[in-house]
Amino acid sequence: MWKVFSIEVYKIFKRPRTYIAFAAISALILIIQLGLYVDGNAYVDFIMSGLKDSFDFQGKILNGYLVCYILLQLLLVHVPLLIALVAADLVSGEANMGTLRLLLTKPQSKTTFMLGKFLAASFYTLLLLIWIAFLALAVSVWLFGTGDLIIQKNAYVVQIAQNDILWRYGYAFLFAFVAMLAVTALGFFLSVFSENSIGPIVATISIIIFFTIMSTMGIPLFQKIQPYLFTTHMVNWKEFFDEQLDTSGNVIKGSIQNMQQVNHSIIILSIYIIVFVWGAITFFKQKDILS
Amino acid sequence: MPEEIIQVNHVSKNFKDIIAVNDLSFTVLKNDVYGFLGQNGAGKSTMIRMLLTLIRPSSGEINIFGKQLATHRIESLKRMGAIIEKPDVYKYLSAFQNLALFAKLSGMRPSKSLLMDALKQVGLQNREHDLVKTFSQGMKQRLGIAIALIHEPDIIILDEPTNGLDPQGIADMRKMISYLQQERKKTVLVSSHLLSEIEQIATRILIIDKGKKLIEGEASTLLDPSNTMIEIKALKLEEALAKLRNSQWESLLVPGDEHSIKLKMSKNLIPKLHQWLVQNNVDIISMIPRHSLEDLFLQVTSGKNNVESI
Repeated sequence: MWKVFSIEVYKIFKRPRTYIAFAAISALILIIQLGLYVDGNAYVDFIMSGLKDSFDFQGKILNGYLVCYILLQLLLVHVPLLIALVAADLVSGEANMGTLRLLLTKPQSKTTFMLGKFLAASFYTLLLLIWIAFLALAVSVWLFGTGDLIIQKNAYVVQIAQNDILWRYGYAFLFAFVAMLAVTALGFFLSVFSENSIGPIVATISIIIFFTIMSTMGIPLFQKIQPYLFTTHMVNWKEFFDEQLDTSGNVIKGSIQNMQQVNHSIIILSIYIIVFVWGAITFFKQKDILS
Repeated sequence: MPEEIIQVNHVSKNFKDIIAVNDLSFTVLKNDVYGFLGQNGAGKSTMIRMLLTLIRPSSGEINIFGKQLATHRIESLKRMGAIIEKPDVYKYLSAFQNLALFAKLSGMRPSKSLLMDALKQVGLQNREHDLVKTFSQGMKQRLGIAIALIHEPDIIILDEPTNGLDPQGIADMRKMISYLQQERKKTVLVSSHLLSEIEQIATRILIIDKGKKLIEGEASTLLDPSNTMIEIKALKLEEALAKLRNSQWESLLVPGDEHSIKLKMSKNLIPKLHQWLVQNNVDIISMIPRHSLEDLFLQVTSGKNNVESI
């Protein structure tokens, strides 16, 4: 398994296509950071305008933690599209290049071959998230400094003390990794059915867009299936940035308001990952290699 | 009796309604160069892919070194090396990187010198660090050979290995197959539509059509050298024919056409015939021995019902 994994990682990072995602993420984050650095206070005034009548904000609202939160809100919707470029190419790309038949004449079990490929794509996803974490959190803190994190939720405002934030980002990124693994698994699954990369990449992106629309629209028909869509659960990293209140209405430091929802989302996402990976391996083992 | 390396027993493969391989059985013996012949679409590639576990048979059984392939897949593949049609490798990697990668997948931990030697053997010693996307088809084919042989397999399976090669490349491939069989004692199964190439190297031959066996046997038996057809073209064809009719060659003449004279004879007699024609002032334009394998192939593929094993 380790051998296949290391070879697959080597191949992924030897392909120029792999770096498109890293370049795109870097460009997006740096542009947003630049925009906020130049004119960020006006942006914060705008998004907090509804609250200024009720609250008296003091201190530095636009800090590295808030910038990171803004970036994650924007990016974690689009990162799956970049992951699809690699994940949906895993098997179909080999078939397209003609290398699949040569690979499968080597003495490896098909299950090992497939698991090695999926783990390599998972490693790529992890590195992409670590890169996002570095740029969005470390660089933002360096540029904008630290402070309490003030987030406006639908009906209320959350203020998290600056010494209570970093661990939340740690868990949020771990959660995001699980969410992105579901996308990786979807792309991996679809890549088994095609002998060119375009189809599975477009199909993966289409499914994500389609499910995301269904997850966010308040139409009753969609609401019935929303709890079962992985896209509904992918955004629940935000739950780490909400705190519990005690009976007297005071914030419980270090708490998460709806941990049950987080756990539920992780279970749903994990089921998707297992089903997609199992489905991909099972189908692949039955498949005749005609490419 | 030499060891039976590959045994194919009543193997069939259907793709929905299409029968690609139909109840095919054959045996490849140790140190054979086994020529696997058939027209395009005859089922050669499907059979070869089944030998390499790329395609699952619909029915029947394949044994490699006496063990069932379906249940001993990894063990069998360790002892096999293959080129399947054109050897596609990673174009964004160099020859060295490709070879190292496939060597590791074959279970090796190859040293740099071993890899360099393997590339040197196929004539890629000065291009080892160039990306494969800059390679010609012939160079890719040579890299494919290095990949197929790097783990010292006992069986080498070559599916149309001369596809896309120039005449020099085809000759090199023929020499390499002979070298592998004679010097390194490998067993080679080779499919090709270039009958003249197979004729020169095969020890045993199988011809299939529409997935069914037409004929199988020793090349020396199938390709009877006493029955070589010679086709002669001369400036004055009528005069040349008359001279032959009045000579010791008369009994060997067979009906030809208006453009050539045909004789059926042992290969050994060809130089004597040539000498006689020159001595008798026949102005020869060409004198072509028709390949007996080609004759055999055309004969059995046009008959098609002669399922035969010699």
